[in-house]
Amino acid sequence: MMEITPANARLWSRLGSRGMFGQAILALAGSDPKLMVLSADLGNSSGLERFRNSYPEQFLNVGIAEQNMIGIAGGLAKEGFTVFATSFAPFISMRAAEQIRMNLGYMELNVKAVAIGSGLAMGLLGNSHYGLEDAAIMRAIPNLTVVCPADCGEIAKTVFAAASHHGPMYIRLTGSVNTPVVYQADYPFEIGKAITLREGKDIALIATGSMVHAALETAIRLEAKGISCSVVNMHTLKPLDTGVLEHLCTTTKLMVTLEEHSRIGGLGSAVAEHLAGFGQHPPLEIIGLADKFDKAGEYPYLLDMHGLTPERLTETVFTRYQRIA
Amino acid sequence: MNFDELENMARFMRRNILEASLACNLSAHLGGGLSIVEITATLYGRVLRFDPKNPSWADRDRFILSKGHGVLGFYSALLAAGMISEETFKTFQHNGSDLIAHPVMNPALGIESSNGSLGHGLSMAIGLALAARRKHQNHKIYVLLGDGECNEGSVWESIMSAAQFKLDNLIAIIDYNQLQSDGDSRKIMDLGGLSEKLGSFGWDACDVDGHCIPELFSAMTRPPRPGCPRVLVAHTVKGKGISFMENNNDWHHNRLTQANFERAIAEVGEIQ
Repeated sequence: MMEITPANARLWSRLGSRGMFGQAILALAGSDPKLMVLSADLGNSSGLERFRNSYPEQFLNVGIAEQNMIGIAGGLAKEGFTVFATSFAPFISMRAAEQIRMNLGYMELNVKAVAIGSGLAMGLLGNSHYGLEDAAIMRAIPNLTVVCPADCGEIAKTVFAAASHHGPMYIRLTGSVNTPVVYQADYPFEIGKAITLREGKDIALIATGSMVHAALETAIRLEAKGISCSVVNMHTLKPLDTGVLEHLCTTTKLMVTLEEHSRIGGLGSAVAEHLAGFGQHPPLEIIGLADKFDKAGEYPYLLDMHGLTPERLTETVFTRYQRIA
Repeated sequence: MNFDELENMARFMRRNILEASLACNLSAHLGGGLSIVEITATLYGRVLRFDPKNPSWADRDRFILSKGHGVLGFYSALLAAGMISEETFKTFQHNGSDLIAHPVMNPALGIESSNGSLGHGLSMAIGLALAARRKHQNHKIYVLLGDGECNEGSVWESIMSAAQFKLDNLIAIIDYNQLQSDGDSRKIMDLGGLSEKLGSFGWDACDVDGHCIPELFSAMTRPPRPGCPRVLVAHTVKGKGISFMENNNDWHHNRLTQANFERAIAEVGEIQ
């Protein structure tokens, strides 16, 4: 297990989400001889060089062939291996979507599909490389658990939790390098159990992945304007922690979801699907990416353009809150 | 089983295929089920190591029906091999049955994987073969594909990788009946020179008569060429054994009437 300390959190933040994934897999390998890691020729880009060099028998580059990779992963998992299959988010979630549906969904084989660089992290590589719709697609497949960790420390938590969780998963990694740190100290992490980072009585900010830190920053800015916010880290998109939502329904006046994903089908949709069953609930504002392929740019530029920086989020949420207050 | 007994097993399977198709009173994939009968009879009657009393035996040979719509030629072999009961077999294409028109993974029944969507089975077989090698197990992995299925790009991804990974514990069989859902494969997507293609991809490839049990047996069991996966391009006739179904793509997926059943069953011959 990798302990979160302030020093580790700083170091891991510099590595960024891909480098951190590689570190976590490397740390896991020593304790799990049944681990196999597959890559569709993106081992270097996925932070897996050290793992490949240290455990060559447990690493397989299948070439640029994501569909075959997932099928092979399924076969290995069927024989008792714990398989992490990795590629960039659109390639693993969409090129191989039907292989994931058959092997991970239908047959429930113990494969962890890891999406590197989801959301907008691929920057100037453009929309071909972004993960805009992956959570929507993966969430719709029966039997899949979908997790989107909030920072590098939580990536380590997720990798270890995934290895001990017997069942198929989609792990969605957002963020680039020098990722903001949510967790400075160790904490209990459990798949399917949301974490309340801050309690407030006016607005509930429910965030996933890279947006968790942005939500905390937004809460601080809103506090300065006299508005108190809860912040929830909804790291597991499926199964959704509905208990925490039901609590927020009765304790806040506005619910806001934040995600680096299309507004269609991701965290906001998951929350809306649940709230729709209630006779009364606070209004829900879904903040995410517009339903379009927009211009590309560097990652910080994109976050600003899409209104996902703390400054822009504060404006959006404040304006929305004024409409109901 | 000796070869005569395997021929008898094939007749038993064809009879059961017809009876199950009649009993369900629904369209079924008869053509592509009948074309693989000698292949699955040879596998389940003689080649595969398995234990009907212990279907999850770790050292069993694995068989994947990648052309999932060929279930009639698969379930009938499982029946003949004692892996599934007559009672279970009779539920073919009944509502809620374990035996529907495509395989659904069921370890207790000896069904290794869920298929139906084409182009998946060879990838999984590669994973099984890599796992066997890593665990130092000696069992073999057999996978049966359709020729139409080879239109799928994922099949060629897996063909490349099986050779790259030197999986000589993997044996693929392609049911080369040259008919696919919409008609003549040569007119739709010509796979001409398939065994040469596969040979050039690094496989130990051979052409066999897919209805000649001794030829199938010999090609399945001769010693592996070290480091090469093997493939049998099995030349078959879609609808084999029933004259009015042979090479007639109306029987790709069709319902068997009582009159057609009687004509067909008369052609199968007596079970010894």
